[in-house]
Amino acid sequence: MSESIPKAAVLNAVRRGFYLDSVALMRLSGRIAALEGVEEAALMMGTPANKQIMRDAGLLAAAGEAAEGGDLVIGVRAADAAAAQAALETAGSALDRPADRGAEAAAWRPRSIRAARKAAPESNLALISVPGDFAAAEARKALRAGLHVMLFSDNVSLADELELKREARERGLLIMGPDCGTAILNGAPLGFANAVPRGDIGIIGASGTGIQEISCLIAQGGRGLSHAIGVGGRDLGEAVGGITTLMALDALDADPATRHVVIVSKPPAPGVAARLLQRIAESPKRFTVCLIGGAVQELPPNAAPAATLKAAAEDALGGACIGGPLGPPVPVPEGRARVRGLFAGGTLCAEAQVVFLAAGQTVASNAPVPGAIPLGSALGSEAAAHSLIDLGADEYTRGRPHPMIDPAVRDAALAEALRDPALGIVLLDLVIGYGAHGDPAGHIAGILAAERPAEGPLTIASVTGTEADPQGRAGQIATLEAAGVRVAPSNADAAALALACLGAGPPGTRS
Amino acid sequence: MERIEQANAEAVRRMLAADPVLIDVVPAGEAIPALGDKTILHAGPPIDWARMCGPMRGAVTGIACFEGWAPDLETAAARAADGAFALHPNHHFDAVGPMTGMTTRSQPVMVVENRAFGNRAYCTINEGLGKVMRFGGNDAEVLERLRWLRDDFGPALGAALRDAGGLALKPLVARGLTMGDEMHQRNVACSALTLRALAPALARSAQDREALVRALAFIGANDQFFLNIAMAMGKAMMDPVRGIEGSSVVTAMSRNGTDFGIRVSGTGDTWFTAPVEMPEGLYFPGFSAADANPDMGDSTIVETIGLGGFAMGAAPAVAGFVGAGAGSAAGDFTRTMAEIAVSENPEWSIPALDYLGVPTGIDIRLVVETGLAPTINTGIAHKEPGIGQVGAGVVRAPLACFKAALLALAETLGVS
Repeated sequence: MSESIPKAAVLNAVRRGFYLDSVALMRLSGRIAALEGVEEAALMMGTPANKQIMRDAGLLAAAGEAAEGGDLVIGVRAADAAAAQAALETAGSALDRPADRGAEAAAWRPRSIRAARKAAPESNLALISVPGDFAAAEARKALRAGLHVMLFSDNVSLADELELKREARERGLLIMGPDCGTAILNGAPLGFANAVPRGDIGIIGASGTGIQEISCLIAQGGRGLSHAIGVGGRDLGEAVGGITTLMALDALDADPATRHVVIVSKPPAPGVAARLLQRIAESPKRFTVCLIGGAVQELPPNAAPAATLKAAAEDALGGACIGGPLGPPVPVPEGRARVRGLFAGGTLCAEAQVVFLAAGQTVASNAPVPGAIPLGSALGSEAAAHSLIDLGADEYTRGRPHPMIDPAVRDAALAEALRDPALGIVLLDLVIGYGAHGDPAGHIAGILAAERPAEGPLTIASVTGTEADPQGRAGQIATLEAAGVRVAPSNADAAALALACLGAGPPGTRS
Repeated sequence: MERIEQANAEAVRRMLAADPVLIDVVPAGEAIPALGDKTILHAGPPIDWARMCGPMRGAVTGIACFEGWAPDLETAAARAADGAFALHPNHHFDAVGPMTGMTTRSQPVMVVENRAFGNRAYCTINEGLGKVMRFGGNDAEVLERLRWLRDDFGPALGAALRDAGGLALKPLVARGLTMGDEMHQRNVACSALTLRALAPALARSAQDREALVRALAFIGANDQFFLNIAMAMGKAMMDPVRGIEGSSVVTAMSRNGTDFGIRVSGTGDTWFTAPVEMPEGLYFPGFSAADANPDMGDSTIVETIGLGGFAMGAAPAVAGFVGAGAGSAAGDFTRTMAEIAVSENPEWSIPALDYLGVPTGIDIRLVVETGLAPTINTGIAHKEPGIGQVGAGVVRAPLACFKAALLALAETLGVS
């Protein structure tokens, strides 16, 4: 080998009686060899075998030849003596410096439910957020490990949901979901949830943003939650029959910390509704039943209906008023009598529709509640109607993040609405909290600054969240107001304020 | 499901019940009667001359010369190509061998007896570092060392072991784990413990003082001396685990430089193979990844019993071999491997991981489910024969073997 080595500067340095582990030395060798001008470098203990390797590599000079087994030999071959000397010095100072560490140390994370359970044997719940095709299999593993399941994943088949929920019921475990975005258990927020104080109100919800709005309004009213249990959007359908809802009800019934229970859902299948109401009647606790867009039902005496999320929160607070007066409406100019709502929260969109319909307005939506017109293919083609759009619906989020995570999903629709001369009002919701975007208000303010014409429509918004959320509610509101947005205390109030501005309801109309 | 769990529980029971003892050194032909004339055992799953990588060919020709089956390397290569030598995996004859893993009849092999089950396993003596046959080295120096091992050192070590009544390996390994060894890339502590245990008996069995000096110096100068003992131990521990109906526990992992192969308890002696991968690691001065041969050797039997890459947490210094791996991340490797293991070994525990036992019983179901392939600590051979070791690093077992084995296991259980 040595014949092929070109003429270059070979320098050695020897540290007598200096031992360093060979792995550490090899790593350091690689660093030194990569220095500019260096052809090859090695740091090795001066044993005969190592010196032979260095000799073969053309790295051994007289100093190194004289080294002994307990000595560390630094050998550098470089294009010129200056580069070799610089490399020796770099190697020397690296040897003198204590190992750089800490940053590289990756924290171990379990990769399977089995390993996670082993690492935290006291755990009793698995939050599953994997692609839908694999979610049922993971949920089954969790159940068999004795864990309750929050199934964040969507695209789980109805058959799998039913099978999972039956198995869970047999095991006395709760399956929250699939497509369960929000839960708060024992004060621990899971998925999209807000920093809400502990308290004596429990929520059972088929809707994530519904749970978030109610829990935040309860927090605004000075109270708190025992638990918020998500059940998944199909739980109260005919097929599943409310398995999780009924189990959640049993759990909250048995929980001494819960005094009042709020149930929020789309209208259930009739048979399921009957079973649910019968179960409520058997409970010693008080209930608020908020079936968004549903007809008023005959309720047991321990339950009160609520048409909106805000009404549900107020009922749970014992009839308190949340939010105070709306402030003066800003009349919309002639010929701009239509409202465009662009919602991140599906249930917030539904609630706004309910408020509009209650005021006798014509509403179109891609996610219509009973009484609203299904939206045609083109936005706002329904000439006479206000259009309230759920931008979290599948057709907008396929292959893209949810607008709660990435507010940019709303950008194009918002820019279009701001330039639409037929629109008097643009209605927005902002949902903050864990899992949500870090600064949705800042993002919206940016779009408004860039896209809103001088005579553009009035923008009205609400912020679902609490002061304790990572984004901070007051700061978000201040950002929106500075950008010219009217911010209402709740989503229902934002809709009511919009109506007031249209002159469609008496000023200060409460939903 | 239940059946697999029970079968795996039995597999792990047998692994933990093992009592491997290094008892003797004997000529391979004596230990393995089937090892006749012109028969060469190699590392890994079955492979013929045509598909063998450079170092494996180099070793075959070298060992043929050593055994006197060819006058020189060229002739040996020609004869090998003509099919003059019977080539078989070590694993088919109760044996294992590191890297190229050459085992032929006159080489001395160390004998490990699993006293709990009465079976024995064999491995040649580690030749030391530098130019050695296990990395495909085959020059005069290599062959001369092999002769010394055959004629002097092997018999002396055998006599010492018989004199000492054998060397119990389980407690020795337990101790080595607490001293920074993982028994694949790092055998410093276990080699020293072995030397310490056998020195008096070696002194008694040595022909003369010079022979003793050379023997002690040979062991003392070879940080990897214990590796071959650990391998025979692994083989002796895993052989009784073979053939448990329904068990998804891996009984052997092995590479021949071309293919990676595994055997699974519930599928008997079938090899499931996939192309072997390139190790990632650090290189000796003058060498780089461009010189490296793909992964090779039966030494992965060590990972199969929960050591090597699985016991990385015991050997933080070794973690540096993995790209930018920090010593403080060593435990993560062990914890990650625990995700694909049925259980842990309470007798082989790692102090720095709060005495977590090494992951025991690789379950192919968990490998496929998690996508976590076993991590293997390995030496890296030069791709040309005759040059030897050029580095050391880490390699992952290819997932395809585990998938194929799982499908085959499902078939044995009537699941499709």
